[in-house]
Amino acid sequence: MHKSPLSIHGLSVAYQKKPVLRDITFEVPEGNLIGIVGPNGAGKSTLIKAALGLIPRLHGEVTIYGKPYAKQRKLVGYVPQRESVDWDFPTNALDVVMMGRYGHLGWIKRPGSAEKKLALECLAKVGMADYAGRQISQLSGGQQQRIFLARALAQDATLYVMDEPFVGVDAATEKAIITLLNELKTQGKTVLVVHHDLATVKEYFDWVMLLNVRLVAFGPTEPTFTAQKLQETYGGRLTMLDRESPSALIVNGRSSDVDGSIHLA
Amino acid sequence: MSTFWIVLTGALVASACSIVGCFLVLRKMAMIGDAISHAVLPGIVIAFLIGGSRDSLLMLLGAAAIGLLAVFLIQWFHQSGVPSDASIGVVFTALFAAGVVLVSMYTRDIDLDLDCVLYGEIAYVPWNTLQIAGVDIGPKAVWGVGLALLLSVVLIAAFYKQFKICSFDPAMAAAVGIPVALFHYLLMGLVSVSTVASFESVGAILVVGMLVVPPATAYLLTEKLGRMIVYSVLIGCASSVIGYFAASMLDASIAGSMISIAGGIFLIALLFSPSHGVVLRKIKQKQMVRQASIAE
Repeated sequence: MHKSPLSIHGLSVAYQKKPVLRDITFEVPEGNLIGIVGPNGAGKSTLIKAALGLIPRLHGEVTIYGKPYAKQRKLVGYVPQRESVDWDFPTNALDVVMMGRYGHLGWIKRPGSAEKKLALECLAKVGMADYAGRQISQLSGGQQQRIFLARALAQDATLYVMDEPFVGVDAATEKAIITLLNELKTQGKTVLVVHHDLATVKEYFDWVMLLNVRLVAFGPTEPTFTAQKLQETYGGRLTMLDRESPSALIVNGRSSDVDGSIHLA
Repeated sequence: MSTFWIVLTGALVASACSIVGCFLVLRKMAMIGDAISHAVLPGIVIAFLIGGSRDSLLMLLGAAAIGLLAVFLIQWFHQSGVPSDASIGVVFTALFAAGVVLVSMYTRDIDLDLDCVLYGEIAYVPWNTLQIAGVDIGPKAVWGVGLALLLSVVLIAAFYKQFKICSFDPAMAAAVGIPVALFHYLLMGLVSVSTVASFESVGAILVVGMLVVPPATAYLLTEKLGRMIVYSVLIGCASSVIGYFAASMLDASIAGSMISIAGGIFLIALLFSPSHGVVLRKIKQKQMVRQASIAE
């Protein structure tokens, strides 16, 4: 029987009594690029973290290819938010990418020449081969994001989960990332991306999830990413420049979403 | 001979503390060491009351257990919404105070006072020796701290990659299945053992100083974790040796001199480090400005 890369049933998560996610149920189709969008505080990152068992869940069941996550770790590559780590940590780019292999190495084995070779290949795939020995604090935001991506590639997973990989990166990096994601897709891998920029959703993703504490909609981008469903997701807080044309809304969505706030209607 | 033992003890304390201290500094938890070194007092007293002597391994274990309890409480308070610096402050002062109460209740009958528990004096190290089958095998402190150092070296060498990724990116570490909480408490256990083994014989100021100052100095000098650990051990040992001779020249406190030297080395690194140094950065900036004006 064919198993979904990620299947979540009845998931609820709460921080200190306040519900952050309520009764989320969905099944991710294999081999797609999937965007997760929603307003600030909608629980996008929480959904990812709960799915990977990084935070406790109140209710619900999560399976990766039909089995619990703990048994399927090696199939999943995780890219946390860039700001979640201290980039002044004394280490270089190559070393960070090699960390992608730690899960495969087990308890005792140390990273060796095989891991180094693979890490260098992954750095090359993100266009960072020349920066292998560079101290990570000396990299730009976009370069740091590429290092994180290379580390996920080193995990050699079939399901990738990325938390806001496009935040604070330059245009060249954004293009490099999306090219890479499409390449992963053509290899039959599944990629879940928490995304903040409504303007690029249609261009980047095959499927889209609209999330605001509850799951508003989940499906192929074309029929799902509509003005009406977006209003439902953002609680009527999006300014509509032209109610007939979704692109008008999208232009506005980009300008307002960059600083993390949404124009109040 | 006593010079040798004091310098060796200082170097062992410096090594044991600065190895675990590197990870504390990188996790921005440097003050945890200070907290543990005070919080363990009730553990020491309770172990003393059970064991009846100051020499026992029991005392070390009791202290280490309370040290871990302190770390656990700090973590728990923080997760329940108390700011992390406040939870450190609450936990260690409360435990220390409980220890003071215990000591004051029982010191009338037994040979234990705050001075000898908290402010051990490194100058007395050579005379407090360990004897096996009647043979003098050297100062107790050297053996205690030496074993703590050995334990740290063995565990950190064996699980270096886990300690490293848990310090850099705990979320990623957890996602790939590394037991982050286990390694957190393992590190805190090592901090407790190193702290407790050291401070009874050399004093709290030396321990807390060696946990923070050499790692913070090494952080300014290198950009690789492995080298940072080696440098901080070297800086710690150098401070002990120079500090000892400075103290005997000035006829001053040995532990105080050792940490003062370490502080001096830190200042030099802060000013003149090739990568992070304040002075070199200023010179480079001036050069750049000059070049820019020439180019115009």
